[in-house]
Amino acid sequence: MRQRLIRELAVLALRSPECLPGFTPAEWSLLVRQARNSGVLARLQARLEAQGTLQDVPLAARNHLEAARRIADKQMQSARWEIVQIRAALEDSGIPVVLLKGAAYLAAGLPPAIGRMFADIDIMVPETALEQVEKRLMLHGWMAEKLHPYDQRYYREWMHELPPLRHCRRGTVIDVHHGILPRTSRYALDSRLLHEAAVPVGDGSALRMLAPADMVLHSIVHLFCDGEFDRGLRDLYDIDDLIVHFSADPAFPARLADRAIALGIARPLYYALVWRQRLLGKPAHEDLEPAMRAGAPGPVIGLLMSALLERAMLPSHPSCDQAFTGVARNLLYMRGHWLRMPPRLLLPHLWRKAWRGDSEN
Amino acid sequence: MRVADLSDAELRAALQGDGLDIRTGPFACRIRSELPDIADNIGLLYADQPLGQSDEFIDFDVRIAPPRGLRRWWRPQVLFRYDDWVPFKPLPADQAVPMLEWGLNWCVSSHAHQYLILHAAVLEKDGRALIFPAPPGSGKSTLCAALACHGWRLLSDELGLIDLQDGHCHGLARPVNLKNRSIDVLQERLPEAVFSRPFRDTAKGTVALMRPPEESVRRAAEPAMPGWIVSVRYEAGARTHFKACGKGRMFMQVANTAFNYILLAQRGFRSLGQLVRTSDCYELVYSDLDDVLALFDRLEPPETREVAG
Repeated sequence: MRQRLIRELAVLALRSPECLPGFTPAEWSLLVRQARNSGVLARLQARLEAQGTLQDVPLAARNHLEAARRIADKQMQSARWEIVQIRAALEDSGIPVVLLKGAAYLAAGLPPAIGRMFADIDIMVPETALEQVEKRLMLHGWMAEKLHPYDQRYYREWMHELPPLRHCRRGTVIDVHHGILPRTSRYALDSRLLHEAAVPVGDGSALRMLAPADMVLHSIVHLFCDGEFDRGLRDLYDIDDLIVHFSADPAFPARLADRAIALGIARPLYYALVWRQRLLGKPAHEDLEPAMRAGAPGPVIGLLMSALLERAMLPSHPSCDQAFTGVARNLLYMRGHWLRMPPRLLLPHLWRKAWRGDSEN
Repeated sequence: MRVADLSDAELRAALQGDGLDIRTGPFACRIRSELPDIADNIGLLYADQPLGQSDEFIDFDVRIAPPRGLRRWWRPQVLFRYDDWVPFKPLPADQAVPMLEWGLNWCVSSHAHQYLILHAAVLEKDGRALIFPAPPGSGKSTLCAALACHGWRLLSDELGLIDLQDGHCHGLARPVNLKNRSIDVLQERLPEAVFSRPFRDTAKGTVALMRPPEESVRRAAEPAMPGWIVSVRYEAGARTHFKACGKGRMFMQVANTAFNYILLAQRGFRSLGQLVRTSDCYELVYSDLDDVLALFDRLEPPETREVAG
């Protein structure tokens, strides 16, 4: 096995499943572990099942694929129930509730839902309704976990979400957002625009989801502005699935480009499209060109980000690491913070985190 | 090749280098560790385990290693790593060996969903499985160790794997985890058996591991048909009390302690239903091991008795 190939087994398997029959048992074991660590093992199972080639996978590896799918399906089932509970808590309030990410894919039956691991449910409500939503959720059993007063302030003053609310009996967690980027972010994005464009999820309820272009952009912003790339491959596939799905409408690519420019987030869209091409082999539609041009970084930043993402987008598994992978992940993590808040907030924040670091972990 | 066929130096080199590949029942495990305690105890407890072939599929790639930073030296700790992931909090370095055992159990119970995974000790005789479902502290491990050295083949002291397709029980033939007082009791009873040193002050008290009998390791790949499910309770001074138990009740007890019953949903329900239906179910209260061993010697397999009756 050549070095490059080993590192990219999970990438290769999802991009070109036709090469899987040539995999040796040792390659299969690395593939399973890379795919698991980047959250795409169940998705790989779903893809092979849909293609009818799952039976060709050697039994030992297939067991791991099927197990991951069982877990994903179970999480999907629990998430469905959780969405019913959220409806019960919020529907009659008249507050527009927008399902985000996995919950939206699931409720609307969008392709990334299949084989996707769920941790918590994300919803977005207007900022003015936050207090009422939190109260209502509390009446239905969701409680804010005990947090350090500083963390409370961090969430409530600077972030785009409340501290996570955990259900006292089911143990499930909701993240209540009022935007898709922190209040203090470099990208000033007016979340009212997202609410205005939101559409019904189509399950007959009053629940809403982001409009197609916004949904793709949210997934992109989440991946490229947050600073954590452990599940980068999973997120990139979410983005790809959504783009493919929505591109059934030929006007979609142009709309995506316009929206990214209008919302001032062409840069993350640029990175997503570049990495979609590099790792998934899918070139961007020509109608996306204007956004690519508007979002392209200068040459120095471009080269630096290339070097960092080339390392961090691969699964977080020792077999994928090359020189400076750890450094790249750390730098991207710092970049995530840098984008999240201006230096006058960031420096004191990191200082506090560093001081408290040991007592927390 | 077995672990015992490696020289001490080869064993250490494998553990410190690319990993020691061993087979435990249906799973191939790769173990890495630089700790001498791990090497010593693997040499002792896993002596009969077959080594993996090269270019084999590895189910679980684990490492027991000290954490970075101060805790490598100051009140040293160890971490269990599964690939690059740390699923548990660190433990004192002295508990590295039990941590490896618990970690490997966790690997199976959270990934091997091609089985219904029972929290149970499982033994075999004449092709039929004897299952002791948890709860822990019930004395099932003690009984399991005693039976494993008394003509019964050890499948597992902790995890019963029920094949979802054919309902057969699979085992791991890994070391038996003994706790507190049962360590002395068994060391005294079983002078020929091999035990690790005691590991003190663990989450489960003092723990020692018993090497699985050679035959059970050699035959680890042989599954068993369901035979008996026995709910065990050790009670100091109690007379042996053994009586049939309702299948519905046994179903609920096993379901409550199974690791992935809920995850497997309908398939788990069906599999467990079949297991309970095809097994004879009993409740046992005991304190006298000899009495119980004699009792299990007389145990008849379900079908034979049905035919006779």
